Amino acid sequence: MTRTDLGMPAFPDAAREAVRDGVLRANLRHATHTIRDKRARAVAELEDWDRLRAAGKAVKDHTLRHLDRYLLQLEAAVTAAGGTVHWAVDADEANRIVTELVRATGEREVVKVKSMATQEIGLNEALEAAGITAYETDLAELIVQLGHDRPSHILVPAIHRNRAEIRDIFRAEMGRWGRPAPDPLGDDPRELAEAARLHLREKFLRAKVAVCGANFMVAETGTMVVFESEGNGRMCLTLPETLISVVGIEKVVPTFRDLEIFLQTLPRSSTAERMNPYTTMWTGLGPSRGADGDGPSAFHLVLLDNGRTDTLADETGRQALRCIRCSACLNVCPVYERAGGHAYGSVYPGPIGAVLSPQLRGTDSEIDASLPYASTLCGACYDVCPVAIDIPEILVHLRERVAQGGPVTRHGIRVRIRPAHGHTAERAAMRAARLLLDRPGALRAGERLLARARRLAPRRLPGPGAAWTDTRDLPSVPAEPFRDWWTRERGTPQ
Amino acid sequence: MRVALFVTCVTDALYPQTGIAVVRLLERLGVHVDFPAGQSCCGQPQYNTGYRHETEPLVRRTAAAFAGHAYVVTPSGSCAAMIREHYPRIGRKAEREGRGTELTEAARSLAPRVYELTEFLVDVLGVTDVGAYFPHTVTYHPSCHGLRGLGLGDRPRRLLAAVKGLDLVELPGAQECCGFGGTFAVKNPDVSAAMGTDKLTSAAGTGAEVLCGTDNSCLAHLDGLLRRADSPLRTLHLAEILAATEEEPLT
Repeated sequence: MTRTDLGMPAFPDAAREAVRDGVLRANLRHATHTIRDKRARAVAELEDWDRLRAAGKAVKDHTLRHLDRYLLQLEAAVTAAGGTVHWAVDADEANRIVTELVRATGEREVVKVKSMATQEIGLNEALEAAGITAYETDLAELIVQLGHDRPSHILVPAIHRNRAEIRDIFRAEMGRWGRPAPDPLGDDPRELAEAARLHLREKFLRAKVAVCGANFMVAETGTMVVFESEGNGRMCLTLPETLISVVGIEKVVPTFRDLEIFLQTLPRSSTAERMNPYTTMWTGLGPSRGADGDGPSAFHLVLLDNGRTDTLADETGRQALRCIRCSACLNVCPVYERAGGHAYGSVYPGPIGAVLSPQLRGTDSEIDASLPYASTLCGACYDVCPVAIDIPEILVHLRERVAQGGPVTRHGIRVRIRPAHGHTAERAAMRAARLLLDRPGALRAGERLLARARRLAPRRLPGPGAAWTDTRDLPSVPAEPFRDWWTRERGTPQ
Repeated sequence: MRVALFVTCVTDALYPQTGIAVVRLLERLGVHVDFPAGQSCCGQPQYNTGYRHETEPLVRRTAAAFAGHAYVVTPSGSCAAMIREHYPRIGRKAEREGRGTELTEAARSLAPRVYELTEFLVDVLGVTDVGAYFPHTVTYHPSCHGLRGLGLGDRPRRLLAAVKGLDLVELPGAQECCGFGGTFAVKNPDVSAAMGTDKLTSAAGTGAEVLCGTDNSCLAHLDGLLRRADSPLRTLHLAEILAATEEEPLT
């Protein structure tokens, strides 16, 4: 992923800052609780939700199992419809392809539809290095971009900002990027939206090149599908002359009919709407497109791997590739609610980020090794996932990879990785605990020793135990463990 | 009926009164309780922290300890979920690593015989009124593994609602995690404490005297926060409430 993501502090350190930020916590709590309640109501309207969820999972699993075949079918369909397909093995290659495509048009500016894939590869930064300015047109992405900030949510990238903060950003920054904010500007949502509309309209009408992602790609027809709420995406998808889509290879579905499932589950899971306001579908250039018709006259599809086939090789972890980026898991996660999106050090925050990022990037960095532990395994994310990704199961699986090492696939080659740094003491403690627990005689002696020394129990523990006693008291040690009570009352256990 | 009590390591070492309550409660309901000596820890701390290989001997041990019992009852939703949900997974992974089917067979034999206490009372014994008496205002926190892992549903609430003298008040945001999460409480102490504090604020807002749960590990975390804050609210395992009677009240 992007270079800026590396060197992030581990999750617990990043989260500590967020937990202490009262404004951030209030913003996050308000936003996540509002959307999670609305989502629950929207989902409850559908009697066949469980079946839709199972169907979505089945379609995704089937496609992933035959991904090679469906990608080739997609390439053929896109090409036949007048588009050009490019294959990118990693972020650098994808950025190079897009940069060259933009350069070939002679343009120095592009407008962007909100896209996780382009954030994942750090496209805006790569374009900037090549002297090309990328303008985000999604309202929340615009707020993040103008604020020199990082997104903190998949669906609502500026979830961590309240409207007063947004007004200040618009006032200070809009003028540097194009049309300035109206003066005076209040913090009423309608006023803020109008300021963004005026600022963006100028960009849409001038842009010759647009960059987007896609929520789905249909193999049989070569159709790209973008779901959005504001209509800004549709402006980008129809006004410019050249359209470049950067899409992760896992976004393909076999048939047009498969969209039936996701058209129902994605909007309800993400924005809690029955239907998203704008669904744009395009197939190559088509007869009505091109120089005389609507829409761009050139279409390029960049198919992005960037760790996805390696993830696919892992039996437990591959289910993360079912993700349709609805962000329901973020909104329901109690850890995300306190820590915020930035603490995850990745464009994919929350529970799905905690399983996706360490798979796409590997577990070498401190942040990636800490992400699988950024969960209490409460299971709320699994419950709401519209494609039934068992996130807790993957988290435990990745914890094993971090703590014990083991086989992983890197760049298509099966290798054995060593445990991550900093787990030596923990491993020794776990082993010692197991040795004790596996010998009831020793366990009983230990419990008795604890009972006898209970008056000496410290209020504060040393080492890792301090993390408990800094905020919580320790349970008081009983005079005798249950085993001893049983023996005293009922005789020797059988 | 004869059952084996799986008391769990946390209850054994730190909350023996919960184990004693389960024994008294079950015996009052006419159940014969055994305490197999070979039992220890289910291995959840090791497994959930990423040490699957350290868990395997404990899977073997737990399965062997309860081999002779048709019903294994435990006062912990998370330990029951560990055995039911994760033991089979551990077995399958060992098989995939070419280490035979021994663990899978152990898991397959044990998993369906393990019951969390409230499941056993409601589903197997078919009782909701266990003849308990507890004249206090109580609110109930459904721990995550019981709620989502086992799907305990309203069984604990039904049992509590039938307790004589007990005033059961709803806990707002009950389904939200308390922030314990095993080693999460130590690895991410700030988020853990923030979650626990929010949970306790909700509990205190109900006006309840007692915050009750079905997992002593979650309760240890919440109780630790309460005592540090000198709060009058106290935590209790549900078994202790159900074991209390007019003749032998809980003090």
